[in-house]
Amino acid sequence: MADMSGAATANSAPEVLEGEEGVRRRDWIHIAALSTAGVGAASVLFPLVIQMAPSADVLAESTTDVDVSAIQPGQSIRSVFRRQPLFVKRLTPAEIQEANSVDVASLRDPQTLAERTLDGHEDLLVTMGVCTHFGCVPLGSGEGENRGDFNGYFCPCHGSHYDVAGRIRRGPAPLNLAVPNYEFKSEGVIRVG
Amino acid sequence: MSFAWAKQYEPKTPLTKWLDEKLPLPRLVYNAVGAGYPVPRNLNYMWNFGVLAGFCLVLQIVTGVVLAMHYAANEEVAFGTVEHIMRNVNYGWMLRYAHANGASFFFIVVYLHIFRGLYYSSYKAPREMIWLLGVVIFLLMMATAFMGYVLPWGQMSFWGAQVITGLFSAIPFVGEGLQVWLLGGFSPGNAALNRFFSLHFLLPFVIAGVVILHIWALHIPGSSNPTGVEVKNESDTVPFHPYYTAKDGFGLGVFLILFTFMVFFLPNALGHPDNYIEANPLSTPAHIVPEWYFLPFYAILRAFTQDLTIPFLGITLIDAKLLGVIAMFGSILVWFFLPWLDKSPVRSGHYRPLFQKFFWFGLIPTMVVLMICGGAPAEEPYVVMSQIATAYYFLHFLVILPIISQIEVPKPLPFSITEAVLGSDDSAAAARTGSVGAGSKGDLPDASLQPAE
Repeated sequence: MADMSGAATANSAPEVLEGEEGVRRRDWIHIAALSTAGVGAASVLFPLVIQMAPSADVLAESTTDVDVSAIQPGQSIRSVFRRQPLFVKRLTPAEIQEANSVDVASLRDPQTLAERTLDGHEDLLVTMGVCTHFGCVPLGSGEGENRGDFNGYFCPCHGSHYDVAGRIRRGPAPLNLAVPNYEFKSEGVIRVG
Repeated sequence: MSFAWAKQYEPKTPLTKWLDEKLPLPRLVYNAVGAGYPVPRNLNYMWNFGVLAGFCLVLQIVTGVVLAMHYAANEEVAFGTVEHIMRNVNYGWMLRYAHANGASFFFIVVYLHIFRGLYYSSYKAPREMIWLLGVVIFLLMMATAFMGYVLPWGQMSFWGAQVITGLFSAIPFVGEGLQVWLLGGFSPGNAALNRFFSLHFLLPFVIAGVVILHIWALHIPGSSNPTGVEVKNESDTVPFHPYYTAKDGFGLGVFLILFTFMVFFLPNALGHPDNYIEANPLSTPAHIVPEWYFLPFYAILRAFTQDLTIPFLGITLIDAKLLGVIAMFGSILVWFFLPWLDKSPVRSGHYRPLFQKFFWFGLIPTMVVLMICGGAPAEEPYVVMSQIATAYYFLHFLVILPIISQIEVPKPLPFSITEAVLGSDDSAAAARTGSVGAGSKGDLPDASLQPAE
């Protein structure tokens, strides 16, 4: 732009176009034109980028009701939340004790069992069945599956071990299995999302 | 550009004369891959793979465009339409097997092409830009191949998409949102499948565009050669056509024999049986592996199992997941710096004894180990093996190459390509008149080093 304005100055009468501080009318036209074009380009770019975000129908699958009344201590079920697996597990008293006996400060992602469950429902562990490493479905929610070295979940993809409370204990995953937002809709039924 | 002695295009018929004035396309072809392009006379068969890679790109575009006429990118029917291609479409099985194996052969050819570049230092001045554009092509190929593998919507397709887009979730703060944005959902679904199809169709044409830049950049300094000594005289070159069109034609014949053997007799040998199971978002296959051509990079990704922490303070700087992702991308991005890491003025590995040792006994075994580990389950001893191999990989490029290019004493270079081929060169004899009697080839002062200009 500097070159252009230099050429323009050479070709035109400076005393007509130049203002008090050497600011020319054409500079203003350049700035205004480029700014308008820039705002226009940005406002076209925005829809092109945001169209890739989840569409309304995908977002509409944002809540799921799960009946948890039939789950006996030591059992777990698999459900689906936002098209991803959801693990619901009823812990036995022994498992609760095991989870609470761990030194929280020694964990990679420090959380107590109480922080991962609802008040008064410390035996019901609801987590996403999505390994926090690269999103595989960990084993351990089904009967006879490999529960890893910490009696919880084991991800076969890259060898992450989770404990009874779904907390990462060994392997490459950085975080505990995610606990989604949920509440008791009625006695025995939770609404996830 | 061209050398002064390059043959000139002369249109002979009235039609070609008329065309040459309006749109000199035949002239462009003549100068690019015809008799108008002088090429070093001593190229060996390692110089066949550029042309073969171009052939593979055309093969993939042709088979891919016709497959797209029968495929539907919808999660309800995608898996079914692939089986429809296999069973109902006339010759659909052949087209699909040619496309799937064509991807593997494209990577075989490109890996040999890169290997040639690494051994003969084709990345050195004045050919840095060719190398840089080549790395861009390779990155585009990886993206295209990954998205193509998702399209059949089998188990490996789905979980591959989950893991690869999960790489982006390792980025601090924005990663999770970025992954959702890339997928258009919280897990791979219809939105992801559709956009991958769109991009898988687009990217090969982007690759073709960068290939044109790659060849354009090549034609400025001209082809490198196995001695690494630059072309000096007309006697060092032969015209591309008919000499290298014939040699490349022979190479293409060998390539096609191997390729058609795979397509017709071992069409699934390089694939995974799990991908003939339709995608199931609720069940991960016990053993996820990428396609064979990504295995070394996958091994580097998985080699990081410990967080990077400040000792004794227990503060995590970078978690293991992000370290793996950085290392995996870094293993390719380091190639961008190669022309400046390897400072030796000698190009060809033939004349670099120390470089040769580290190349054959360091880098090549490392790549083999990484490939084996990438395909193995994430357990010992493979984890430790891939950690050692990953460490060597980065040491080789970042430490060993810069050091050996400083301390190495190269072997004497021939005076010219002609001398390397014929044992003597008249122009070399002319150049050494006045100096002491002609010694054995190579030990002349002016032939000891040919610095990259």
